[in-house]
This record gives sequence, structure tokens and C-alpha cells, in this order.
Amino acid sequence: MKRNVYLDCQSSTPVLPEVYEAMLPWFKEYYGNASALHELGVRSRKALNQSRERFAAAIGAERPEDIVFTSCGTEANNLAIKGSVYALEDKGRHIVTTVAEHPSVENSIAFLEKHGFRATRVKVDRFGRVNPADVEAAIEKDTVLIATHYANHDIGTIQPVEEIGEIAERCHIQFFVDCNFSAGWLPLNVNRMKAGLVSLSPHRFYGPKGVGVLWKARRSRLISIINGGIQEENRRSGTENVPAIVGGGVAVERASAEFSARTAHVAELQSRLWNGIRSRIDCVCLNGAPLGENRHPCNLNVSAEFIEGEGQLLLCNASGIAVSSGSSCVSRNLKYSSVLSAIGLDETLAQGNLIFSVGKDNTSEEIDYVIESYAGIVERLRGMSPVWDDYRKGVIQSKISQD
Amino acid sequence: MSEENSLYNPIVMDHFLNPRNMGDLDDADGIGEVGAAACGDIMKISLKIDDNGRISDAKFKTFGCGSAIASSSMATELVKGKTIEEALQLSNKNVVDALGGLPPVKIHCSVLAEEAIKAALDDYLKRHPEMASRVAAAEAAKEKKA
Ligand code: FES
Repeated sequence: MKRNVYLDCQSSTPVLPEVYEAMLPWFKEYYGNASALHELGVRSRKALNQSRERFAAAIGAERPEDIVFTSCGTEANNLAIKGSVYALEDKGRHIVTTVAEHPSVENSIAFLEKHGFRATRVKVDRFGRVNPADVEAAIEKDTVLIATHYANHDIGTIQPVEEIGEIAERCHIQFFVDCNFSAGWLPLNVNRMKAGLVSLSPHRFYGPKGVGVLWKARRSRLISIINGGIQEENRRSGTENVPAIVGGGVAVERASAEFSARTAHVAELQSRLWNGIRSRIDCVCLNGAPLGENRHPCNLNVSAEFIEGEGQLLLCNASGIAVSSGSSCVSRNLKYSSVLSAIGLDETLAQGNLIFSVGKDNTSEEIDYVIESYAGIVERLRGMSPVWDDYRKGVIQSKISQD
Repeated sequence: MSEENSLYNPIVMDHFLNPRNMGDLDDADGIGEVGAAACGDIMKISLKIDDNGRISDAKFKTFGCGSAIASSSMATELVKGKTIEEALQLSNKNVVDALGGLPPVKIHCSVLAEEAIKAALDDYLKRHPEMASRVAAAEAAKEKKA
């Protein structure tokens, strides 16, 4: 029987049935532009505001009006970074960030560097964790923004954002936390983080694509980077995607209501999967923080030595299992994941990278199927690998440290 | 997995999922092992070559992506039964064409296959100087004609 097991929940998730239902009327019945002054317009505007309330409640923010809707998480990150830096240009031109950011953060900052701003990228340890002291040490006289993430998009490592937030507060520097991969799955409170800006991505917690969220503290300075009308209180021009925003609002409410059940469930599957993999397969390593409090409960980033990631991904796909990989052969630029290089992972191990991300709808029976299938896939590819032969003959050693 | 939603065309997928000539030859007459600078992958080709300089068997082992595995599979198929002179003419384009095309970013994987075949032939020719001079003579004759 052909199975379908979706283990790519950090890429995207299906919308909840109630999210879908809630979105439907906003396509055909209530299609008014939220800026319009007639009844349909006002109706849309009210719906946006209800979603604002839902998002604000979910992240512990006092003021719903501090929620800005964008078209996606990437846009929210672009707005947070470029919008802050341009708004604060009179105060300074330096940004502190890390070497392990999502491309939407890294490339926004790289763009700014081409336009006269400077950035310091703080290193991470071998688990992908930033040392807050390094962040503090990187601050310069004219630093205007500290930008980092809560949970890493690639290896699931959780950053000490509260400690970094304290430093930011003490030094009076605007602090942006990219929560695109953590919202819905990790306890998220903007006050505890002492954040000035936080971004969210609803399609990663059973909301729709086409909406991103940026929360902005009242005190934070931000200018719009999309120029046009006065939508979103002048912080983001462009007609709001009402159906997606409504759907996102329902999704975030469900995520809060089901938080404990979902996180307990995925954490159990995550450890079942890792225990199964490491007991069945030789020479595999876990990339990122150990399972537990410093790791996203959905994410399992592994490397199987002596084989390459795309082949694993294709064979998983042939077995009905949807996963991702950070191998260079999978990327279009033939470079392996920058996060894997940031944690100093050996190149050949990065090559054998595979990312499983479990979701609330996966079952332990599915996980067992994946363990079985994956063990067979690794064996099959190793059977084709000249490097595996070399290892078996003792010509080369495993690069995985046994600690 | 439905074909229209697949990253590769059906021929490539077939050679990836059911690779031809995968393995080693115990008594290989020529072995070539090459690595791709682009992404750090490794391909090994073993050839059995008879006294007349004809490739009677070819096998591969590959550490690399789906295209690299399919390219090695196809390359070994293409050189089997060929003379050394013919096999030396094999280009990565022949491999790509036989596979019905590869995505642009994956062309270098077929180059790896061409290089591995050439490396295996070189290895054989080093071991068989008499054959090397025959090949050189054939090359020279061809150049004269051209
Ligand atoms: S072997 Fe790396 S892309 Fe094909």
C-alpha cells in the first residue's frame, strides 16, 4: 500500500478545517477592501482587527494595534530589519546579528550592508546556540538593531532570547526576534523576551500562506518599506489579504488553545524518531541542540554519513515520506546549509543531511514506518557509495564523534 | 510519486531507482575515481576490457545526488561493448541526452560521469602501454583526416 507521511511541517502545514471554513466567506461574500468606507469595507476592517486581537493575545502583547499584517514571514522580517534600520538612521548604522539566521534575515542585512550599513555576525556554538555575552561584546557605539531568531529554521536550536533581550534593553537597542519557526510551537511572550519587534508565520502552525505578522512594540521605531497607501497604519502599504488574515487569526487561537497537547505530542514523536534512527542506523548524528528544552519539538535534523542528502530525500519521497535536506546537492547554488557550516559540521556530514519535522497530525505508527523505511534507504545508498566501502575496509574513519 | 510532480524525468528516475551496473569488478582492468569540485561528491567506475580493447563490463559506485547516480548508471550502460577509442569520445552531453535531459544545475553531475569513465580508461592505458600507443595512433590518424 502506498503510504503518505508528511514530515516537513517546518516548511508548511495544511490549514485546519476550522481555518478553512472561517476563510471561505471572505473570498466571495465579504470581498470589500478593508480601507473602503462602505459596509463591506468596514466588515473587512473589523475582521482584520479581530485577527489583530487574536495575534496580540497569543503573544502576550497588550495592544492589538501593534500587529502589522504582511504577505508572509519573509516580508515581516524584511520590514522589521530594513524598516528599523532606516527609521533609526539618524542614530547609527550598525546591526548585530548571528551567523545562523534564516535567509530572509541574513539577506536583508546583506542588502543593507551594500547600502552603507554595517553588521556584526555573532558566532554560534556547535549546537547552534548564541552566547549572549558575544552579542553584548558585538555592540558598538552606533548599533541600532539586534536581530536574531527564537528557534532555528534548520536545526531547531532555541536561542537565549530573554537574555539577549535584557542586554538590548540595558543598552537601549531595538531588538527584533524572528519567530517564524517558533510561533505556535514554543511559549512566546513578547514582554518576557523584551523584544521590540517579533515576526510570525501562520502557515507553519496550520494557518494559510499569504499572510505574515509583525508585532511592533509601541516604543519601537519602524518605517514602511512598501510604499503606497495608508494601510496598516502606514506601516505596510497594500491591500490586506483578508481571507488569509482571518484564517491566520483562527489558527493562532487554536495554536494557543491546543498548545500543551500539540507540543507534548510532537516532542514524543520527535524522540521516538531519533531513538529509532540511532538504534537502527550506524554513523548518524543529530545536528543542533540535544532533544529537550533547547530544541524545537518538531525538528529532527540528522546526517547519515557516507551518503548524500538528495538521494535520501528522493528515496523517502518514493516511499511516500516528505522531508527536506540541507545538502549542497539539493540547493540551487550547490552550497550546503549555512547553518550547518555555522555549527562547524564536517562538509561530508553536511552532504548527508536530512531534515524531518513532525506535526500534530503525525502518529507513532507513521514514525515507525519512517524509521523502517529510512533504515532501508540509508542501507541502499550506502550500498552504492564508494566512501562507505572505504569506511568498511578501514581506509577512512567516521567523522562522527562518539560523545 | 506521480511523474509530473517529480524533480526528474522518468528516465532519470528509473536509473536512480533501478541503477544499472552498480557495484565493483573484482578483477577490474581500469578503475577511475573522481570527485566533483562543485559539491564534493565522488564517483568510481570500474571497467573490464578484453584483449581487443573492447569494454566487456562496467560498474559504478557513487556518493552523490540522484543525478549523479543516474548519470553513472547511464554512463556505464553507454560504454559497455564500446572500444576504448569509442569510449574516450563519450561526453557528458551524450549522458545527458541519453537520460532525456537533466535540470541545468545538475549538468555537472554528468560531467563527473564523463570524468570517471576517462579516469578509468586512463588507468587501463597506464597499465597497458601497447594499447596506449594504439589509441594514440588512432588519434593521430583521425587528426590527420580532419
Ligand atoms: S552530485 Fe552534487 S549535485 Fe549532483
